[in-house]
Amino acid sequence: MATTPTLYGLMAEFEDPTTLVAATQHAYREGYRSMDAYSPFPIEELHQALGSHHTRLPLIVLIGGLCGCLGGYGLQYWAAAIAYPINVGGKPFHSWPNFIPITFECTILAAALAAVFGMLALNGLPMPYHPVFNVPRFALASRNRFFLCIEARDPKFDLEKTRKFLETLNPREVTTVAD
Amino acid sequence: MAAVTGTAKPPVIAPGHTFSTVTDKISAIVLTRKTSLGWYAGFGLSFLLTLVLFISVAYLVVKGIGIWGNNIPVGWAFEITNFVWWIGIGHAGTLISAILLLLKQTWRTSINRFAEAMTLFAVACAGLFPAIHTGRPWLDYWLLPYPNTMGVWPQFRSPIMWDVFAVSTYATVSALFWYIGLIPDLATLRDRSQSPTGRVVYGMLAMGWRGSAHHWHRYETAYLLLAGIATPLVVSVHTVVSWDFSIAILPGWHATIFPPYFVAGAIYSGFAMVLTLAIPIRAVYGLEDFITIRHLQNMAKVMLVTGLIVVYGYMTEMFISWYSADRFEVFVPFNRFTGPYAPFYLLLLFCNAVVPQALWFRRVRSSPLWLFVIAIIVNVGMWLERFIIIVTSLHRDFMPSAWGRYAPTFWDWSTFIGTIGLFVALIFLFVRFLPMISIFEMRTILPEAKVEEDVSGLRAEG
Repeated sequence: MATTPTLYGLMAEFEDPTTLVAATQHAYREGYRSMDAYSPFPIEELHQALGSHHTRLPLIVLIGGLCGCLGGYGLQYWAAAIAYPINVGGKPFHSWPNFIPITFECTILAAALAAVFGMLALNGLPMPYHPVFNVPRFALASRNRFFLCIEARDPKFDLEKTRKFLETLNPREVTTVAD
Repeated sequence: MAAVTGTAKPPVIAPGHTFSTVTDKISAIVLTRKTSLGWYAGFGLSFLLTLVLFISVAYLVVKGIGIWGNNIPVGWAFEITNFVWWIGIGHAGTLISAILLLLKQTWRTSINRFAEAMTLFAVACAGLFPAIHTGRPWLDYWLLPYPNTMGVWPQFRSPIMWDVFAVSTYATVSALFWYIGLIPDLATLRDRSQSPTGRVVYGMLAMGWRGSAHHWHRYETAYLLLAGIATPLVVSVHTVVSWDFSIAILPGWHATIFPPYFVAGAIYSGFAMVLTLAIPIRAVYGLEDFITIRHLQNMAKVMLVTGLIVVYGYMTEMFISWYSADRFEVFVPFNRFTGPYAPFYLLLLFCNAVVPQALWFRRVRSSPLWLFVIAIIVNVGMWLERFIIIVTSLHRDFMPSAWGRYAPTFWDWSTFIGTIGLFVALIFLFVRFLPMISIFEMRTILPEAKVEEDVSGLRAEG
């Protein structure tokens, strides 16, 4: 067992979104890739600055919706035409126009569940512990402060050099993050 | 935004606010503000009414639905009226949170959270009525399609089954939408709470949200997609509710105008309920900076427009009944104006068609007091509308020998008033324990949230 806690990364704190976005862009151009930026509200530019690509979420939602659609229609067809065919007002057993409303609702339901649980799963939530919470001032990330964390697993990471680099980006302060 | 569109419009957020003031002000209501005596009194009173609901439902289960006034020919009465009324109220919440989001109406930000909460609680009240109206509510699960030893399946050609799916989907999606919207704010409460219990409870609910840029990106995508799928959903729900009536052949119900007319009526009554709640809450909690006169004005305009669509629906109903040349259809408006329920019909026209015309005047739209009064009147009017649609068509349908009358009993009233108590009690709990305004979305509409241009320049060069 190591006597000193292992290092997760270095975290810089910023006062406003513009500085954070600029800092993230600098870090990306400097060659850092294993990093993440934290903000109290969504910033579109930040995601681009991290060099991330599109999320697969829309595809997941589409698949969810299609499953709901086919499942909903299939359920009704199977129940009304195969498992329990009863004559209602002389309508055909497979009276498809009557099956549209429920098919629609099942599509919506499955797509919504896919959107919510897909988002949570891709984000790895719920996650009760994460090293960034070891920084006391990180509590302000949900209020009015902006953070950039360069992780120790990045090949370019070097405690001294990375700290010096972060110092040049106008941070409020730079702290180490224990793992 | 106000600066762009003209100086006459009040801003959507009072000037001078920053990330920290917005956060502190909204979270303080939950975390540090002393719970006032008024809150205890209001919650206590509404909880008493909730107990009235519990007693009414318990008595119903013991005795059966004979304790209510509905009987053949009026087999649907208060329960279905209340169901349609409550579910209609819910529609404004989804409209504000989903449709106005897609239309990029930033003013929705300060009202969407509690409008969504209102939706959730209204749908809970609505769902109760058909559930207890089945007579044997402990067998309600028979409505769900599940493999069973009886070998039977639900009748999917029936609008009642469509309703089961529409309302349960609506309840689920509304709850998901509301909870997803809450996650970042729950993280704020977790980080700002001084009490260990608060930190643990809000922390568990926040699920470890840390505001990572990658997370925000997927979060925004999910939220936008949810808004996109909730939009057709909200239109479909009241459409399906209207099919409960219009697919039947009863005069006054069998009309093609019903779906749009019901959806407009739902939004109309929903906005009336949002105003009914928002006006006292903003005054009591001092939220005039966030829920400004601009919000009240915009909601008044939505009410005016949807109210006019509803009036158009009334006129179409009358015209089509005359134009059909069907003697039973022609009789419906005649019976509404001259029959035993005529006073309620005239009152409904007064509440829904006459009073809201005051909203044409800017002075009325800018006065919280007047808006509150009009909103209450519209709430009453929309309840009467559903009552008139349901009861006047049923009590005199085809054969005069089969005509009848309906009058509510004590238990009809106690159940209805009980759900109002439940709704208000849930609202009281909500404003006390959860942030009633979306904090993170308020941050995004502050001027300081804008990332300045030269950064994009840097990016282009790099």
